[in-house]
Amino acid sequence: MYGLFLRHFFLIKSSFPRILDLIYWPSIQIILWGFISKFFSAYSDYYNNTVGIILTCAILYDFLFRSSISFNMLFLEEIWSRNFTNLFIAPMKISEIIISLVFTALIRTLIGLVPAILLTSPLFGISILNLGVPLFFLFLSLYIFGITLGLFVSSGLIRFGPSFENIAWSSLFLLAPLGCIYYPIEILPEFFQILAKGLPLVYIFDETRNILVNNFVNFENILYAFYLNAIYLLIGISLFYFSFSMARKKGSLINMGE
Amino acid sequence: MIEVINLSKSFQNNKAVNNINFEIGKNEIIGLLGPNGCGKTTTIAMILGLLKPTKGKILINKKNIENHRIELLHKMNFISPYIELPKKLTVKQNLIVYAKLYNVKKIDERIEYLSSTLRLDKIINSLTGELSSGQKNRVSLAKSLINNPSVLLLDEPTASLDPETGNFIRSFLEDYIKQKNISILLASHNMEEVKRLCTSVMMMKNGNIIDQGAPSELIKKHGRKNLEEVFLKLARTEHEF
Repeated sequence: MYGLFLRHFFLIKSSFPRILDLIYWPSIQIILWGFISKFFSAYSDYYNNTVGIILTCAILYDFLFRSSISFNMLFLEEIWSRNFTNLFIAPMKISEIIISLVFTALIRTLIGLVPAILLTSPLFGISILNLGVPLFFLFLSLYIFGITLGLFVSSGLIRFGPSFENIAWSSLFLLAPLGCIYYPIEILPEFFQILAKGLPLVYIFDETRNILVNNFVNFENILYAFYLNAIYLLIGISLFYFSFSMARKKGSLINMGE
Repeated sequence: MIEVINLSKSFQNNKAVNNINFEIGKNEIIGLLGPNGCGKTTTIAMILGLLKPTKGKILINKKNIENHRIELLHKMNFISPYIELPKKLTVKQNLIVYAKLYNVKKIDERIEYLSSTLRLDKIINSLTGELSSGQKNRVSLAKSLINNPSVLLLDEPTASLDPETGNFIRSFLEDYIKQKNISILLASHNMEEVKRLCTSVMMMKNGNIIDQGAPSELIKKHGRKNLEEVFLKLARTEHEF
């Protein structure tokens, strides 16, 4: 596990453009949404006393986005460098691969997110830390969901190879409208509301808004998000094992990178 | 030691490997020859556990790879020109990463040994992607020996190398097998290499082993001047399977 972590640590450490890339996008995202939320705060009654809602949601969504993409990137890096087969003939259990990717993805995500969080205070006078202790649970819940999405996409990469790469990039954009990141679930048409209720994102972002607007924590939302996360994570891990088994039958582990 | 027993692999209706049997003992290098698409890489992939056989079994040191994959992979390794090491890592970083993955105990000592015997000293801190193909090949060989394997699978280890580097790798492998208890399967299109290194050769065609024996025996048996002519004769002959 430590070996796989080291492989990506060496890669990031030696490449300034990679570090810059990790920091650049979250920072741009936060600055953009910071100005949009300033505009809303000036012209909307709803957001009148809660300037930070959109910005806080943007930071949380970016955390989710980065964690999922980081997980996928660790896989894609191996495919692009044609190192994939070397890893799968190394004596690593699937569980060890998953655990090392989960921790390495977390570090990649934090490298990008911490500077973005630090930027919000001097630029917009907002600190995401105002969410208090529940922030930890919200981050944890988002990270689990991000990793789960990463597992789904990586399973596709193992089974179908690099042709699955586009799905890796677009997976989160597909879920964003249903996740109700910036608006309450009631905004969605009824049919989409039914689908959205099956996603932990709805409960996480609903609770974020609730804490900021009402200054009150509804742990039911947080717990419900964790229940859903547990189900999806279990499916994600099972799918990863299944994909590996299918790839061994179909031979896709040998032709990876072609 | 490798034992391949009644091994078959089919992809839908295509039989890539058809009921093959062979054994590679300690201190033995067996050559695997055959035209492109004959089943060499599929056979190697099954031995490495990358591919699940449709039928048959593979025993490494008497243990079935299907049931003891992770345990056996600790003592196996592989080199192929179609697989590369991360280009943005230095040679040393790559070797450290793989030493960790294979749980090598004295990493510095092992890297120092491989670095000096494979002439990597001057490039040990260079980025792997900036090396010549001969240098990359020596680094890949170092990676394949990092865990001191008892089973080594070599897929065209000297493909596209200049004669001097090719000769260096062959000499290295000759010396290495004398010192270590190792079983090596060598898939190659270089007949001189096979003749020089291998104690025995298997000829594959359409997923079947159509002939096998010591290189000199095969040359004599088929009444040809060299192994290349034997290869051409067998490749061009129609076989009933």
